[in-house]
Amino acid sequence: MEVSIRNELVAIVTQNSQQVGGGGVPIFYATNQVDCERIALCLSRTLDAMVHELESGTYFLTHH
Amino acid sequence: MIVHGNAILAGVLLGFMFRLFLLRMDYRQYPSYPHGYITHLAFGFIAAILGAVAVPALMAKEYTAVTFLTLAAQQFREIRNMERNSLRKLDESELVPRGPDYIEGIARVFEGRNYLAIIVALVTSTVTIWQNIIVGIAAGIALSLLLGPLRKGKSMADIVIARLGNIRFDGPNLYVDDILIMNVGLSSSRQLMLKYGVGVVLEPKNDDARATLANLGQRQAVAHEVATLLGVRKDVDEPEFTPLCRLNVATGRAALFIVPVEPDKNLAVEAVKKVPVLESAVRLPLRTVIGQIASD
Repeated sequence: MEVSIRNELVAIVTQNSQQVGGGGVPIFYATNQVDCERIALCLSRTLDAMVHELESGTYFLTHH
Repeated sequence: MIVHGNAILAGVLLGFMFRLFLLRMDYRQYPSYPHGYITHLAFGFIAAILGAVAVPALMAKEYTAVTFLTLAAQQFREIRNMERNSLRKLDESELVPRGPDYIEGIARVFEGRNYLAIIVALVTSTVTIWQNIIVGIAAGIALSLLLGPLRKGKSMADIVIARLGNIRFDGPNLYVDDILIMNVGLSSSRQLMLKYGVGVVLEPKNDDARATLANLGQRQAVAHEVATLLGVRKDVDEPEFTPLCRLNVATGRAALFIVPVEPDKNLAVEAVKKVPVLESAVRLPLRTVIGQIASD
């Protein structure tokens, strides 16, 4: 039987280092918006995870 | 020489034919597997035999033979299990799953149709004994035509008004009209959604429909059916393109968002209308006094 964790943060991608910190989730720091999207897309497609945006230059990935 | 041989033969024949008639393949592509067909025809044949011999057995004072009908009921319950298990397994590899409620509905239909085959066989053999084989077969055909419409339940067109909705983004949030669907992070996905996406708004006709539409299984069935009919522009690593049907709790309206392969947007509305209303999702609060007062 396959067991997977859902609705749990998988990764965070941000340009704003002040906004996120701590926790048990890997944080990827990007230099600009384009870089942010590129990292988020790469993570999304490899982890089969959904990218959500917090509207402040921060993206998080989660499995639904 | 078998007593009432004609009656049993006519009963088995009509019962089996009725099962065959109910098994016609539809767009839901189930059972589209040739072996699934064989299984169901075999069970249908057994059901027809059981129905056809019941009355002749009673006339021969073989009362214990009737207990076989209870055995049959047990057997047909097993069909429901079989269908449920196999559809659940198949659902794991669907891009847009049917959902457990829809599977339960399909499984129940397969069980129920065997009982219908028993009834047709029973009536045909009884009338044949009472009159003759021609009248018996005529009665069987008449009953089949009468029971035939049972094959079709209600569809969404009966309980909701479906129309195209306006797709827009407010920041990363995707809306169809005023209904929030999801938060989409990637701007490349957002552009594709605006270009190819289709939003269908489902407006319940009354409070009964509103309660049915609130059922998660029903909404999953809508997403699955529309994705089956129009295709879905999605692969396993693109979860944001999963069709979603979300509810506005304030108005009771639901909206489906899908990025179909088929570009004709009006077809999506037609597809939604064709989705069957799940038996398990039907709620009838208006039939109660409290429900009627609450709907004012």
